[in-house]
Amino acid sequence: MTLAQKGRRVVLAGLLLLGGVYVRALAFTPVERFQGPAQKIFYLHVPAAVTTELAVILVGLAGVFFLFLKDPRLDRFAEASAEVGTVFAAIVLTTGPIWGKPIWGTWWTWDARLTSTLFLFFLLISYHVLRGAVTDAGLRARYAAVLGICAVVLVGFIHLSVYLFPTLHPQPIVLRPAKPGLPPEMLVTLLMSFGVFLVLYVGFVMQRYAIALRREAASHV
Amino acid sequence: MRELLGQAWTVARKDLVLEFRTRTALLSAVVFTALVLTVFNFGRDPTAVATIDLAPSILWVTFTFAAMLALNRAFQLELENGALEGLLVSPVSRRSLYLGKLLANLGFVGVVEAVGLPLFVLFFDVPVGPVLLPLIGVIALATVGFVSVGTLFSAMVVRTRFAELMLPVLLLPFLLLPLTYAVQATARLLAGRPLSEVSGWLKLLAAYDLVFVAVALLLFPHTMDE
Repeated sequence: MTLAQKGRRVVLAGLLLLGGVYVRALAFTPVERFQGPAQKIFYLHVPAAVTTELAVILVGLAGVFFLFLKDPRLDRFAEASAEVGTVFAAIVLTTGPIWGKPIWGTWWTWDARLTSTLFLFFLLISYHVLRGAVTDAGLRARYAAVLGICAVVLVGFIHLSVYLFPTLHPQPIVLRPAKPGLPPEMLVTLLMSFGVFLVLYVGFVMQRYAIALRREAASHV
Repeated sequence: MRELLGQAWTVARKDLVLEFRTRTALLSAVVFTALVLTVFNFGRDPTAVATIDLAPSILWVTFTFAAMLALNRAFQLELENGALEGLLVSPVSRRSLYLGKLLANLGFVGVVEAVGLPLFVLFFDVPVGPVLLPLIGVIALATVGFVSVGTLFSAMVVRTRFAELMLPVLLLPFLLLPLTYAVQATARLLAGRPLSEVSGWLKLLAAYDLVFVAVALLLFPHTMDE
């Protein structure tokens, strides 16, 4: 079985599991008192956001290791992770407004958290733009690594300053100094969704990695 | 350390001498700044929006564009006659090369801003007199932030396709953060708020500068290896 086929199976399993999570979210998880059914999108929005950040951090880490080891596998992985991260960032930026319209009464606001996600999306886009603009493979890998590392540093900075601006966005309710402020049923659904998004991430990255391999093979012909 | 700075100064001096002898780039950057300020004047309705509300944005958008224009030429200069290869085989270390380019860019952008600020005051009648020193501090800190990342990226983009377009696309997400800090600090300064309200933004700007100069110093050699 090739890597692409394996990746496809993992994604398929992930999508089935995501269906399962949503059955649980809609039928077996209590409805939030103030937000009503709109809150159900939370199980998509939050795991997608966390997976995006994870993807970006891995792009940066792969960049650091690439600059030392010069292993082309790390570069292929970084490329795949960035592309999957872009898709997940797009999910965050789509599900957010869908929730924001009924709850906040607006699709978009220049709130610190929303803006920082948009930043992340732009960073990922510019990462792909840079990759597309360099013809030499070795140079492309090095430039991409440099940009990836800078992007992670910037994301860290943005996170620090997000706490300095007043925000409309709900505060973190799982990873916070006090214990999670979520009823156990909701927490379990959320954690399951996190797991499913990780599976999807792995599956997509495997497929994208396989594409990178094929492109390389094709360019050598 | 001495050697690092000495070599950096040699590189910076070479660039600055070149710049001040030809003057083409510098002059066009200054004219560009004046034009952007003029465009802003016509891009608003003075009876609807008070100038003071818009002033920090005008100042910082102008300086951001001017910095970007200046940074585009930092390594473009070295492409002619394979000058970059010459620099790389010379006994100047990669880090000194970065620092030198950083200094030269700071000088270049600094001159443009030194002309831009009086023009801004003149065109928009902003009372900067009482806060001139802290305002210059904000401008200096933000400029170091812009130029530190910009110098690193301009070294990369010269060897890509569409270099002139590539730099803004890569750089703008990185400029937005210092831009936000600088606008917040400038708005408070121009509104006559006490300095204690501004010091937090200044600290953030300084932190951004330190982090990105350090990151760029570490990463720059990797953009230059053959």
